[in-house]
Amino acid sequence: MQELSLNVLDIAQNSIRADASLIEIRLTERSTDQFLEISISDNGCGMTAEQVAHVMDPFFTTRTTRKVGLGVPFFKMSAEATGGTFSIVSEPGKGTTTTASYCTGHIDMLPLGDMNATILTLITMNPDRDFLYRRSMDDKVYTLDTRELKAVLEDVPLNAPEVSAYIKESLEEGEAELLGSPAV
Amino acid sequence: MKSLEELKAIRDRVKNNVTLRKEDADAIRVVVGMATCGIAAGARPVLAAFTEEVAKRGLTNVMVTQTGCIGICQYEPVVEVFQPDGKKTTYVKMTADKAARVVTEHLVNGKVVEEYTIGSISNLK
Repeated sequence: MQELSLNVLDIAQNSIRADASLIEIRLTERSTDQFLEISISDNGCGMTAEQVAHVMDPFFTTRTTRKVGLGVPFFKMSAEATGGTFSIVSEPGKGTTTTASYCTGHIDMLPLGDMNATILTLITMNPDRDFLYRRSMDDKVYTLDTRELKAVLEDVPLNAPEVSAYIKESLEEGEAELLGSPAV
Repeated sequence: MKSLEELKAIRDRVKNNVTLRKEDADAIRVVVGMATCGIAAGARPVLAAFTEEVAKRGLTNVMVTQTGCIGICQYEPVVEVFQPDGKKTTYVKMTADKAARVVTEHLVNGKVVEEYTIGSISNLK
């Protein structure tokens, strides 16, 4: 993966396969100690302790189309390469939380990339699921909750072109606000 | 900042003429592979290009969806187009630019872009 936002998109696909109805994606960034934490949390089917141990192994996968499963190992590697940490907490029937932390000043730190494209893709491709996206930079926070949007939208779907344009703009404004550059 | 008021206005504007993309037999389905292999090879911008082009042209008979790995990882990003008549086209090594061309030539004008299909690519190899 060339950028971390692609890892997030990939890991969130696991939540979708686990049949989660709510997927929470949190990014916590601190400039003072060059820290970034990414967590993807779902209420899907969860995994046993044995399965959790297995998914970190690149030669384990539940799929039948090929013999390797690189999503989780890639994400783990991206964090550990920077001196960060990686963990998966899961319980069958409850859900799974995958957390990666990064030392962003490390030479092997990958760029975060286009988080907005990842979130927009997830929302518009899965209009029946809910997503909570929360990104913070020091003490500034941006939140997008599809449950709030749906309460307003009534029957209009999240992937109607006008609505996805609204979500896209909201994400862009939120990011610009966080990163301190003027909104475009 | 974007407000929920603004969203309300969009809802009221769209509500009455929202053309639901039904999963009916008359729709063309565009399926983009979004497993680890597809994502790593650049499927995200391809998927975005398809949804944007389809929205821009107001093609209500096209459904853009995603799927997992279909087993030909070396050809990712892979896009499959399923027509209502049962015809299936597999496009390989896609990019956002190629996606725009597939929308114009195949989805709108019904002419398969042969040079991007798996048949022509694997012969060249």
